[in-house]
Amino acid sequence: MIILQPNKKPAPAAVQPAVITVSDLFRSFGSNHVLNGFDLTLHRGEIVVVLGRSGSGKSVLIKCIIGLIAPDAGRIEVLGADISSLSQDALDQVRAKIGFLFQSNALYDSMTVRENLEFPLRRHWIQVHQAELDGLVRAVLQDVGLEHTIDMMPASLSGGMQKRIALARTLMLKPEIILYDEPTAGLDPITGREIIDLILQVRNKYGSSALIISHDMRCVRLTADRIVLLLDGVAYATGSYQELSASNDSQIQQFFNS
Amino acid sequence: MFARESTTRLLSETGGLSAFTGRFFRNLFKPRFEAAEFVRQCLLIGYKSLPLIGLTAFIMGLVLTMQLRPSMIEYGVASQLPAMVGIAIIREIGPVITALIFAGKIGSSIGAELGSMKVTEQIDAMEVSGTNPFKYLVVTRVLACLFMLPVLVLLGDAISLYGSYIGVNIKGATSFSLFFTQVFDNLAFSDVLPAFIKSFFFGWAVGLIGCYKGYFSSKGTEGVGRSANSAVVVASIVIFLLDLLAVQVTDALGIN
Ligand SMILES: Nc1ncnc2c1ncn2[C@@H]1O[C@H](COP(=O)(O)OP(=O)(O)OP(=O)(O)O)[C@@H](O)[C@H]1O
Ligand SMILES: [Mg+2]
Repeated sequence: MIILQPNKKPAPAAVQPAVITVSDLFRSFGSNHVLNGFDLTLHRGEIVVVLGRSGSGKSVLIKCIIGLIAPDAGRIEVLGADISSLSQDALDQVRAKIGFLFQSNALYDSMTVRENLEFPLRRHWIQVHQAELDGLVRAVLQDVGLEHTIDMMPASLSGGMQKRIALARTLMLKPEIILYDEPTAGLDPITGREIIDLILQVRNKYGSSALIISHDMRCVRLTADRIVLLLDGVAYATGSYQELSASNDSQIQQFFNS
Repeated sequence: MFARESTTRLLSETGGLSAFTGRFFRNLFKPRFEAAEFVRQCLLIGYKSLPLIGLTAFIMGLVLTMQLRPSMIEYGVASQLPAMVGIAIIREIGPVITALIFAGKIGSSIGAELGSMKVTEQIDAMEVSGTNPFKYLVVTRVLACLFMLPVLVLLGDAISLYGSYIGVNIKGATSFSLFFTQVFDNLAFSDVLPAFIKSFFFGWAVGLIGCYKGYFSSKGTEGVGRSANSAVVVASIVIFLLDLLAVQVTDALGIN
């Protein structure tokens, strides 16, 4: 792996403990070898962007981290727990601390916005009063600026609004880590910018760490504390935006010059 | 070549469905029953299918009666018309026709609903948020079908018999109470019970096959359409097979 980090200045995030550690991850589908020994570390409070071309296995990586896809080999540690060896209950406990923003939003289309937001709390209903739940729903909707949509159906919202509702849903459980799968893909530049601002606001407000998957260079530039370049199933290079964009490795260059 | 391919497909389909059935039973007895969703599904299923089932049942009873009348008169047993129709409806036509319509209406809608939830990653989203999607989506729907179909069959039977009563009265005059006395005097417990029991199995099959097709829908809108379609086809075939099995069982047990 090419590590682009100037020796004089230690990265500030590096002193924080790691919340996600992926080491030597392998996953293939038949003869399609998608991940071939991928490594990644995410520290507390940090935003790491995994940059890679379409079809390079970014979604597969993020689904391995949340336990939706089982890796063929390798180790994934999230908040100190080895994901592949957990019981269902323990896995659910870890998942409650992780927000996952799906590439397709995955809003429940038979439910209203309110019901969508309440759904992640179902497991904890016993402790939560209706009034408290209502306050919580309104608070996260306020965070994403969509309070008026509370009783609407997801299908009647625009793509950008759906993305924000999906983000609001991940915020319901105050996650320590948020995984974003291509948060700006398919949105116009202005709406994309709004989502980027929201991601930064969420980090500042909740102090959550974030792993963002993207091939939108503006999103990468504005959000990344550190970039990991996914190429041919491995972490080809890592470093800040400035460091990678100044690199003269042709494989790295092709992402920054397009 | 073609035969080999379709045999392989049939086998893998059967295997997949068996594994799914096993998973259903394992999840059935896991704690935290999704009662609210189960009740909601029962109401939704009843509400969606009752109009169609009612209409078909009424026409069935009416037409069956009108078609049978000439033959019954020819054999000189016209007075036995209500009894004859009653037995045909309660024992066979009611449960099977209702189940087939149920498969077409509810089986396909479950297949399409779960299929589109699958391809838009909503099922994954449930899993990630700590809700067991199998318990929440599959177990509730299968149980709702299992409980609702017998109810619908009973309602359908009643509506069918009413249709038959109208049919009898088109060319003749039989009072309401006489008609139903004739029907029920000729019905034994052994006519009603097996038919009632088999409708539980029909409902269970429709729910399970609809969910199976939806849950393993292939990507894309085309996949969703295929799930809905094959849910109906497979469920209808299974209904006939179960019906065949049921008559063998009642025969063997001497209930007839
Ligand atoms: N369930 C699956 N079964 C078979 N192959 C799969 C599956 N999921 C992903 N793949 C394959 O893995 C590869 C990587 O897919 P992935 O969805 O991770 O790409 P991606 O990097 O997220 O691309 P995009 O930017 O388009 O979202 C693709 O070749 C895809 O065909
Ligand atoms: Mg992807």
